[in-house]
Amino acid sequence: MAKTGVTKRIVIRFPKRLVEEPIVYRLIKDFDLVMNILKAYVTPNEEGLLVMELQGDADKFEEGIRYLKDKGVLVEPLSKDVKRNEDRCTHCGACVVLCPASALVVDKDTSKIIFSDEKCIACELCVPACPVGAMEVHF
Amino acid sequence: MATKTYEEINQKIKKGEAVVVTAEEIIDIVKEKGVKQTLKDVDVVTTGTFGPMCSSGAILNIGHSNPKIKIQKAWLNDVNAYAGLAAVDLYIGVTEVPDDDPLNKVHPGAFRYGGGHVIEDLVAGKDVKLRAISYGTDCYPRRKLETLINLKDLNEAFLFNPRNAYQNYNCAVNLSNRVIYTYMGVIKPHLGNANYSTSGQLSPLLNDPLYKTIGIGTRIFLGGGVGYVVWNGTQHNPTAKRGENGVPKGGAGTLSVVGDLKQMKPEWLVGASFVGYGATLTVGLGIPIPLLSEEILEYVSVTDKEIFTQVIDYSEDYPNGIVRSLGEISYAQLRSGEIEVNGKKVPTASLSSYSKAREIALELKSWIKEGKFELGEPVELIPGPESGLSFKPLKERAVE
Ligand code: SF4
Ligand code: SF4
Repeated sequence: MAKTGVTKRIVIRFPKRLVEEPIVYRLIKDFDLVMNILKAYVTPNEEGLLVMELQGDADKFEEGIRYLKDKGVLVEPLSKDVKRNEDRCTHCGACVVLCPASALVVDKDTSKIIFSDEKCIACELCVPACPVGAMEVHF
Repeated sequence: MATKTYEEINQKIKKGEAVVVTAEEIIDIVKEKGVKQTLKDVDVVTTGTFGPMCSSGAILNIGHSNPKIKIQKAWLNDVNAYAGLAAVDLYIGVTEVPDDDPLNKVHPGAFRYGGGHVIEDLVAGKDVKLRAISYGTDCYPRRKLETLINLKDLNEAFLFNPRNAYQNYNCAVNLSNRVIYTYMGVIKPHLGNANYSTSGQLSPLLNDPLYKTIGIGTRIFLGGGVGYVVWNGTQHNPTAKRGENGVPKGGAGTLSVVGDLKQMKPEWLVGASFVGYGATLTVGLGIPIPLLSEEILEYVSVTDKEIFTQVIDYSEDYPNGIVRSLGEISYAQLRSGEIEVNGKKVPTASLSSYSKAREIALELKSWIKEGKFELGEPVELIPGPESGLSFKPLKERAVE
């Protein structure tokens, strides 16, 4: 029987105690999955967060996800992305204090607000708080 | 003591010889050269601010339809515009929202589109849908009108903002245990963040704290075009508490301003929505300050370290009119990204864009340098502390 391959984007969050463990390594080695890490981040309270694309055999993929969940890792499909509409942003700074991932920070020299796409965890906290609607959710 | 007049400065502007710097740039110049030399060298200091200003709106004359209508009620893109003026004059206020907006029924409401967005759309050159109704008269028989309008076709369109450029403003925090949604933005519980909304050392009225140069007829940058100060703003409170440098330590003076909407640009008039609060307009405004004397030079040299405001709780104190400050902090502290309130470190956020305020001051500076913009000498200054005016609360009285 021909095997079915899958490519899926997922967000995984793991607690502090697991940050040191070679989870990602096991996922590649034991389940034969090809991985492309899109974002990696450790939150201020040292929780790990990875956004990645996994590719491989459908059954192995499911097994891999099960392995993660058994380890106490939170797994969610990545269904959206938050982007900033650069033309609309007025660089006020109202979003900065709400972002849990430090993806929105003030540049001390220019006083502009820098948005780091790679740090953004698409939590959407900034989306309703931006007065001019510059933070957009893309599905 | 060396002094200059408006006329002397305007002569220099006409010849393209005026020396103009921003309220940020002047700080180091004075430090380096001293007051006397700087006053000789520099003629004008430009300021700027870019923040949400709820007391704003536009007066539009849409022209007469055929047959004519005396508009009784009108909507622009479904947002109600005030029509209690002559037949086809309308006033669109920036905080107005569509009649069917869900408001805060599911709290916090989004307030995605309002009068401020209508103005932004008009200025961007977009067609706006006008719907109007009336009761019909002998001279104005029409009862219904539905059409598209465009800024370029209107007879007059001018911004008329009854209260802009607030001289200083509260820094808002939240002492409660729930998130609050205010006109000062989203404020997290237990002193989660502190929001402020002033461009500090770049702000127009903080550079002329006692209104020695700003008054009726002052020519200004408004929404990317040219505007004028026409009166003091509503809630003008010149008798507010001030420091030794004359700078108020909380909200004080305000301005009423006018300007031709047709000259303005959408990047300087941006529709805004405050979740759980309402819709408004972010207005770009800049005022040139002529260096008439040493006294004025000293005012414009003010730095963020010397401008203070009050930390106010917006969960209980502010809504209930309880006058209590949780502390006095400087804009230097606020702009550092963190302040201390009740012994806790609190991250700060601004609602007014400092980088855009700087761009406005620079833009105004280049207009003046190029001789495109002369200073307007006020025919009357706005009332200062000596006027005794203050901002009074409403006294409610029983209705028989
Ligand atoms: S709140 Fe919106 S407009 Fe303000 S800096 Fe953030 S993204 Fe830009
Ligand atoms: S969605 Fe907004 S608040 Fe959330 S991480 Fe991304 S930038 Fe930060």
